[in-house]
Amino acid sequence: MTDRDPRRAVGGVARWFAASTAASIGLAVAYALDANAQVQGVLAAVALAALAAGFVRWSERLMPPGPYVEERHPLAAPPDEDRAADRALAGEGLPRRRFLGRMLGAALAALGVALLFPIRSLGPSPGRSLLRTAWRRGMRLVTPEGQPVAAETLQLGGVLTVFPEGRTDAADSQAILVRVDPAAITPVAGREAWAPDGNVAYSKICTHAGCPVGLYEDRTGQLFCPCHQSVFDALDGARPLTGPATRALPQLPLEVDDEGYLRSGGDFSEPVGPATWDVP
Amino acid sequence: MIVRRTVRWLDDRLGATTFTRQALTKVFPDHWTFMLGELALYCFVILVATGTFLAFFFVPSPNEVVYRGSYQPLHGVEVSEAFASVMRISFDVRAGLVIRQAHHWAALVFLAAIVAHLSRLFFTGAFRRPRELNWIIGVTLLLLALFNGFSGYSLPDDLLSGTGLRIAYSIVLSIPLVGTWLAFLVFGGEFPAPDILSRLLVIHIYLVPLAMAGLITAHLAIVWRQKHTQFPGPGRTETNVVGSVLWPTYAARSIGLLFAIGALVAAMGGLLQINPIWLYGPFIPEAVSSPAQPDWYVGWLEGGLRIFPAWEVELFGFRIPNPFFPGVLLPAVTFALLYAWPFLEARFTGDRAEHHLLDRPRDRPLRTAIGVGVLTFYSVLLLAGSNDILARFLGVPVTGVTAVLRALVFALPVVTALAAHRVMRALRDTEARGILDLPTGRRERPVAS
Repeated sequence: MTDRDPRRAVGGVARWFAASTAASIGLAVAYALDANAQVQGVLAAVALAALAAGFVRWSERLMPPGPYVEERHPLAAPPDEDRAADRALAGEGLPRRRFLGRMLGAALAALGVALLFPIRSLGPSPGRSLLRTAWRRGMRLVTPEGQPVAAETLQLGGVLTVFPEGRTDAADSQAILVRVDPAAITPVAGREAWAPDGNVAYSKICTHAGCPVGLYEDRTGQLFCPCHQSVFDALDGARPLTGPATRALPQLPLEVDDEGYLRSGGDFSEPVGPATWDVP
Repeated sequence: MIVRRTVRWLDDRLGATTFTRQALTKVFPDHWTFMLGELALYCFVILVATGTFLAFFFVPSPNEVVYRGSYQPLHGVEVSEAFASVMRISFDVRAGLVIRQAHHWAALVFLAAIVAHLSRLFFTGAFRRPRELNWIIGVTLLLLALFNGFSGYSLPDDLLSGTGLRIAYSIVLSIPLVGTWLAFLVFGGEFPAPDILSRLLVIHIYLVPLAMAGLITAHLAIVWRQKHTQFPGPGRTETNVVGSVLWPTYAARSIGLLFAIGALVAAMGGLLQINPIWLYGPFIPEAVSSPAQPDWYVGWLEGGLRIFPAWEVELFGFRIPNPFFPGVLLPAVTFALLYAWPFLEARFTGDRAEHHLLDRPRDRPLRTAIGVGVLTFYSVLLLAGSNDILARFLGVPVTGVTAVLRALVFALPVVTALAAHRVMRALRDTEARGILDLPTGRRERPVAS
């Protein structure tokens, strides 16, 4: 149904295109004047929206509306064409076709396998890198800025991210140090001496999906991972309380040296980070 | 005159005129839901255009530099070159911010359009013979679009994207047998390794877009060859197509849609802030942004990770870690079922005939119920991806919200599926107006054949 008065419809479409032209000029000026993103976005939107309106109106009012009918033809070939294709595919008269085909298959498979080898260059062997971190016995605990941490640095209820001295670049060695009331700790068997003066440190890498366990609630002694809401009990070996994590955060053994600084008594109690098939 | 001479010139060399004439008079059905796929196509066009501009400035390098751009609060902060280059696009490249934000918004609309298009095809049975191939190509396009969305928002090397990459690394690690090696090969070593940004860039701007462009071409060529489906109606049969001709009516309407979606994306790019990396800050391994939500189309995976209980499997000293189930198994099953659906349905209904007339959702209450249930399932998972925000909003502990969501993710799909089944049967029996029968003006009137 084209418009009863085509001249009015033409005018309508033309006005939209004129509006779009004006907005585009505005957009160019806005760019020249370094206008902000809001102005640029709105002007671009107006220019495009007016074009859209013009096109839709043009199509609705002035173009043949139909409906038109087109016949559909069968997709599959007629039987004689089908048979001709079969004969063409069969490639009659080629000697030892099957044998040569097999040899070719073997050659291509071998080439394919050989071409897969450079994938090995994409990364180092995992080796033992997931089993251990940079922490060694006697390393001082330092802040991400490299400041050493003493046994009295933290107030009761305080929390700090620490790295091994000289290895603040070792992302897998990040640990979260909290200061708790020594009497409140339920030490895991064999770790009774790991929390001098209530300083207790755990791997900061969540055992679920590897996010930094960044939040600590002093009232309950709970460590909280903001990614998937796993909660760990800092007073009880950082065992998981709720959320998807299944394993406790590995604990870092701590010692106090003669100058009162905190040092590690060795690497974490278990491999850090999310579990894998073969890392226990 | 010039047009005619050009056509003649091309016809002499390519013999193109017959094809062109047939193409221009090709008939396209008029129903509005047939434009959802075009919407996705035009989003892809916008993404390529805006993305090209961004790629001219982006530097995929993790090397540390001191930020000296015009955003004062970060002055003097050590950031990666990648982060600094996105800051430059946002604050120091003229028109950079609006184009960057439009690119991100277009990606969100792109995925929404694909999901809407896929839903329309599902609920109307458009995937049935002979269109199974195009269904498979379409599902692959959805998969690639999802992946490219994720690889795109991982590029700026800010705190949020770093968190997403870290979770992706952990999910790869969780794959039985090969996880450790695979994670090291994909990420170039133990996270955070320096090579990942340049790899993501190659994947994001070359590999996936090229694959998508090829698949989109095949998708459209197959539609062209097979012709469109159409809803049943007077004069519409299995052996015809009723609608508008491509030139000029349908082309004008479609170009109108291209400009309309361009207008929407431009307006959002200018007015609605998205991914403000200067508020998140640069990626630091020991820091995390909170609350942290991914783009909406990854939300169902994030939700699965959040509400999957603390289970894992231990076998003979080996373990299948917890993130494997929501992070690998769930998407694998999801896409396997999506790919298989046309064949599964044909098997269960025994209907292997060619179909060019669509079902209305009410014609197949069971299929509609299954679709509604499945969409509900993923919607609850999407909601679960924000369980922390939900808890804060409702003022209740997040553990309570998680417990409720764990129940809802199974209960709610059953409820909505049963409800959909009843509604569809009632609609079918009473022939009331359906939700797809929007007033589309004069183009919906029946054909006198």
